[in-house]
Amino acid sequence: MADEIELKTAPADFRFPTTNQTRHCFTRYIEFHRCLAAKGEESYECARFAKYYRSLCPGEWIEKWNEQRENGTFPGPL
Amino acid sequence: MIVREWLFLTIAACDAAEPWQLGFQDASTPMMQGVIDLHHDIFFFLILILVFVLRILVRALWHFHYQKNPIPQRIVHGTTIEILRTIFPSIIPMFIAIPSFALLYSMDEVVVDPTITIKAIGHQWYRTYEYSDYNSSDEQSLTFDSYTILEDDIELGQSRLLEVDNRVVVPAKTHLRIIVTSADVLHSWVVPSSGVKCDVVPSRLNQISISVQREGVYYGQCSEICGTNHAFTRAPGNIGRLLSPLWLSRTTRGATHPRSKLLQRAAGAVGSQGARQ
Repeated sequence: MADEIELKTAPADFRFPTTNQTRHCFTRYIEFHRCLAAKGEESYECARFAKYYRSLCPGEWIEKWNEQRENGTFPGPL
Repeated sequence: MIVREWLFLTIAACDAAEPWQLGFQDASTPMMQGVIDLHHDIFFFLILILVFVLRILVRALWHFHYQKNPIPQRIVHGTTIEILRTIFPSIIPMFIAIPSFALLYSMDEVVVDPTITIKAIGHQWYRTYEYSDYNSSDEQSLTFDSYTILEDDIELGQSRLLEVDNRVVVPAKTHLRIIVTSADVLHSWVVPSSGVKCDVVPSRLNQISISVQREGVYYGQCSEICGTNHAFTRAPGNIGRLLSPLWLSRTTRGATHPRSKLLQRAAGAVGSQGARQ
């Protein structure tokens, strides 16, 4: 009765082939925000990056980064 | 709750260690099956060498005992045997290396994109699991904590110090990506029957790719000292019920919590009967 959901998650990224996926999560987060800055809010391509970083990154990390962005102290190349 | 207990009594916990168990637990992933096969390969050569060396040792001790053989021979070298005993032991590790490297590199290869990502976050002394694949905003993850059930609260038939209150539920025959991290100190996330052992480091995300081939309840324990209750932390929080998504949709049918609806809908996408709510 609910609409069909396609089962998918963040794909394996060839830039991060090893066990350590910390940079993968961080990169997806940054890509999302750069996409927002470039294309504006609510754009479809950006939603894809959003799903990826939400799958990969723990919720606490995302909250912390969101706070840092609001304070202007986020340490990444946004 | 009632559904869970009923299912529990009909599933034998064959994926926890038996008392005095010597060998491996039954494999549930191809990786673990590879580990077991490699173990058998190496064990063959091991027994070969062991028997050979022991026989020579016993022979030497027996036949050249100082009372039976008072005059020792003065052999200084023997070229043929020296060559043989150098070449032969260097060939044996080649036979061992071939399956070993094959397994090692195939374990790292992620051939297919994973279907579902589960995050396991280690705390002192419990685990938090997050299912975030179907979030529509930053806040909505299906998250729960998984504590080991204390001995006082254990029910009849449950394993002592292995059971947890909330199990991780995972679909079978699906490529999973499990991301482990820690919120405080080092832990290690282990499920022996799936061949998973991964250290959990604060501020680092480690990825585990597995595909569990059969349904069941799998148990594991924390494998990196993490404080007082390290022995009582269940790393995967007993990886719990790896069952088909169809089962998942049936058992969470009664859940009205909005978060579990996401999981139900996801399960319904795979199950042939569609989502139940």
